[in-house]
Amino acid sequence: MSTLTKSTFVSGLFEVLPNTFSSLRQIGKENFYVQGFPSLKDEEYKFTPIAKKLETGLTNFSPAIPVIISAEQINKAVPTGFEGVVLVFSNGKFLPELSSSVDGLTVNFLSKNESTPIGSIAKAEKDPFVALNQATFIDGICISIEKKKEITLPILLLQFHQAAEGQVISPRIWIEAGDFAKASFIDYSISLDNSPYFVNKVVEIKGGIHTDLTYHSLQEENNQVIQVNALVTDIQQDSQFTSTQITLSGDLVRNNLTLNLLGSNSVGNMFGIYLLNGKTHVDNHTNVDHTLPHAESNELYKGILADQSRGVFNGKIFVRQAAQKTNAFQQNNNILLSEDAIINTKPQLEIWADDVKCSHGCTVGQLDEEALFYLQARGIDKTTARGLLLYAFAGEVLEKIELESLRNFITTKIQERLGSKF
Amino acid sequence: MLSIKNLHASIEGTPILRGINLEVKAGEVHAIMGPNGSGKSTLASVLAGREEYEVTEGEVFFQGKELLELSPEDRAREGVFLAFQYPIEIPGVSTTNFLRTALNQVREYRGLEPLDAVKFLSLMKEKMALVEIDQKLLSRSLNEGFSGGEKKRNEIFQMAMLEPVLSILDETDSGLDIDALRIVSNGVNKLKSKKSATIVVTHYQRLLDYIVPDFVHVLYKGRIVKSGTKELALELEEKGYDWIKEEVDSTATV
Ligand SMILES: Nc1ncnc2c1ncn2[C@@H]1O[C@H](COP(=O)(O)OP(=O)(O)O)[C@@H](O)[C@H]1O
Ligand SMILES: [Mg+2]
Repeated sequence: MSTLTKSTFVSGLFEVLPNTFSSLRQIGKENFYVQGFPSLKDEEYKFTPIAKKLETGLTNFSPAIPVIISAEQINKAVPTGFEGVVLVFSNGKFLPELSSSVDGLTVNFLSKNESTPIGSIAKAEKDPFVALNQATFIDGICISIEKKKEITLPILLLQFHQAAEGQVISPRIWIEAGDFAKASFIDYSISLDNSPYFVNKVVEIKGGIHTDLTYHSLQEENNQVIQVNALVTDIQQDSQFTSTQITLSGDLVRNNLTLNLLGSNSVGNMFGIYLLNGKTHVDNHTNVDHTLPHAESNELYKGILADQSRGVFNGKIFVRQAAQKTNAFQQNNNILLSEDAIINTKPQLEIWADDVKCSHGCTVGQLDEEALFYLQARGIDKTTARGLLLYAFAGEVLEKIELESLRNFITTKIQERLGSKF
Repeated sequence: MLSIKNLHASIEGTPILRGINLEVKAGEVHAIMGPNGSGKSTLASVLAGREEYEVTEGEVFFQGKELLELSPEDRAREGVFLAFQYPIEIPGVSTTNFLRTALNQVREYRGLEPLDAVKFLSLMKEKMALVEIDQKLLSRSLNEGFSGGEKKRNEIFQMAMLEPVLSILDETDSGLDIDALRIVSNGVNKLKSKKSATIVVTHYQRLLDYIVPDFVHVLYKGRIVKSGTKELALELEEKGYDWIKEEVDSTATV
């Protein structure tokens, strides 16, 4: 008990823990208290004052219970032209009666599948937020893709959030794909109102060999929400995994993305766009671990920051000694639209193998005034010209989104934002 | 159509244009020549509305309107077109991509219906033929990896699409081989009309064999120091600029 000193202000969360996964929850709780919320002294969080934000911003830590979701809310949220499977969640709780399915896909409550090895990929001892989630998640889901099944329809996870001030939503998702399986997910989180709450999500993805998995996250929470999202995946031999992270709003958002390239000939792609205004603070920490030869990682994050927004990008590439013939590319480009906007960007490469191709670069710039003038000189008003240029800047990432309805959906959102605010 | 009166402009406090006077009427072609650094591009930029330049004195009327009061986009919509000396690269934005937006904003300003995709495409086809430019080029990122000639042809293509009243061609001939020069000048000549006017900025006489000017002006140290007809261009070709420089520098009083 002597370790229960750090971050005790969240103790309300632990009062009544669900009775599933009880030993795992206990481990989560212990690991949380050992680590506590990271302060600015923590190297990994030196630009992101999350502990302070949680302590001062939220008063009453308690788990948020699910709210009723209407068919109308679902219709409104689904991207136009979207054809696929829809899985509906309310404050992290899966709502099967509002969800659809497809052959080869199985979706189950974690509470009904206690043998699911949650915590084996996203490890509680490595991350206090994962630990906190592990201790306190109410229920979660386990999604399995049958082996050899190529699910051509995209799978949309509609995550509706509505909670009282200070409440915590802890979505927990486990995805496993059998050998030779293929699937594409869209994890779309939406606020249903404007209250300040805390979302602490953990997604674990375990792919078999020869799998092709894509996970898009689209974050459109209200500007009071604090979120921490962990996505951790194990990528096996001959497999490809692609993450696309689009953040458009929020108060403070921290995305922890970890790709473990555990097989040769595996490919990990990490793409992202953050389009920030107001006081939104978005921190993308990515981590790719090359463990075996002949694997490849590609990373491209683009940020547009206006007003007093703040961005943090930290991209770790770890190439272990055995991982010869690794190809690793990383690029982070930013445009600051105001003098008050800040970006801290840092590549972090640790390379232990000698036969490696590795490149990285980060840029921070302003909008190209000459290009702006060129377009104006052709008769385009300044706002539209700015929008065109910024959209073109983000376009390189948008192009990577293969799913047309999603790409159009995000494009429209970005264009709306660029047309009005920026 | 265009009336420039005692125009002074400076950049970062350094005066570059020091009292330009110029009258351009509909149907006319004016050539502006002069040694490097004399202020030709500055004049073109000031007319197009580049904000870095500060107009410290003078007035410019374009079809009765005070040009200098208008935003760059409104100048374009009124019919001013600048073919840039150094067209910039814009990654991720193709000509096709921005030109439809541009054309429709220009049309809206002029009270015309917007062009739908089909009509826009057929107009493009027509104008592409005029400057012998390939559609593939137009769907690539603007000027990225374009050759010098392709950049200039693209400028004239845009001019053809926007049908300006006053075209200002800033060193459109530089970097062009003889074939490209012929194509570009042909395009410009075909676009000329009784209602429009052209200002050709160049420091070689060569272009003026193709685009024949009604008037030739020599710009030096921010002023028009000599005006004449196309014979002046020939004389400059033969004798260079030194005699003009001497003339001006020896009579300079201030
Ligand atoms: N952005 C700038 N900053 C400082 N000086 C400039 C800038 N642009 C042009 N100048 C100066 O103004 C003068 C005229 O330039 P310019 O109009 O480009 O001449 P031209 O087109 O006749 O060769 C030159 O001396 C040039 O160095
Ligand atoms: Mg020049």
